[in-house]
Amino acid sequence: MAETIQIQVNGEQRNCRGDATVGDLLRELAIKIDRVAVELNLEILDREDFDHRSLKQGDRVEVLSFIGGGAPVDVRDRGRVFVHAE
Amino acid sequence: MQSDPLIIAGREFTSRLWVGTGKYKDFAETKKAIDASGADVVTVAVRRVNITDRSKENLLDYLDPKKYTILPNTAGCYNVEDAVRYARLARAAGVSDLIKLEVLGDERTLFPDTAGLIEAAKTLIKEGFIVLPYTNDDPIVAQKLVDIGCPAVMPLAAPIGSGLGIRNPYNLKIIMEMVKVPIIVDAGVGTASDAALAMELGADAVLMNTAIAGAQDPMAMAEAMKYAVFAGRLAYKAGRIPRKLYATASSPIEGML
Repeated sequence: MAETIQIQVNGEQRNCRGDATVGDLLRELAIKIDRVAVELNLEILDREDFDHRSLKQGDRVEVLSFIGGGAPVDVRDRGRVFVHAE
Repeated sequence: MQSDPLIIAGREFTSRLWVGTGKYKDFAETKKAIDASGADVVTVAVRRVNITDRSKENLLDYLDPKKYTILPNTAGCYNVEDAVRYARLARAAGVSDLIKLEVLGDERTLFPDTAGLIEAAKTLIKEGFIVLPYTNDDPIVAQKLVDIGCPAVMPLAAPIGSGLGIRNPYNLKIIMEMVKVPIIVDAGVGTASDAALAMELGADAVLMNTAIAGAQDPMAMAEAMKYAVFAGRLAYKAGRIPRKLYATASSPIEGML
């Protein structure tokens, strides 16, 4: 059985299997891959590579997607709660 | 009016009103307002996926990318590196090379850092992006952006979200006369007459978010903006009469008693 490693996903610590790929991680998180961009240690990955890139101890993964936006949030609005998509 | 498409970098758009998708109450309201506006281009931002709560819906469940052109932006980026990084992420997450490039210079005004904008645009254009830059109402900068390969420029009417309307119609007019690519007036519009004025000046399109999303009734304002942009475009194409200080009678004198 593969050992457990610690990685960081969107700024949060997370355990995952030592033999997991980026694709495995996204499936575990129930994230649809057709709408996300993934950065692995600041390198943007091609979608086709998600299943070929394995994770290792200390990796930093960022998973991003489109949210509602048109203008940046005005500083004066920062106290207000805007509903954001993910 | 006959078909009057807007063409940018070989892409044809039917609507001259483009809208942002931020600041709405929820996705249902976002979708209703966009439908009411008739816009076929919608801007979106790129942010971290919420990995702890997967129950939240996705914006693209509501906005069919086949129906709308999804125009990602680099909103919130205050330097060249961040803007370039977000643009690359947007391309990786999406389906096209289109990017609304924002490099902001200051938090209070959200005015563009035009030097940074030009630098980021150069990098992205080299990488094959179609860069639509959010810029100041500065004709010289607008021309520089065109010179480096931007297929359209997006000068502001007033600070983002300010609702101040067209603050410098003369600069915008000079940009429209000087720059031989489509001009999309972006940011600062407050109400329908602002959008109509932008189009009457000769803008090719208007992009707005807060004016609709922040209105008491966003759906009604979206519809008002649709007609304002349409009316302004028609008036521009019709060619307005010159302004004169004194009256000119409309009825003939001949035949009077």
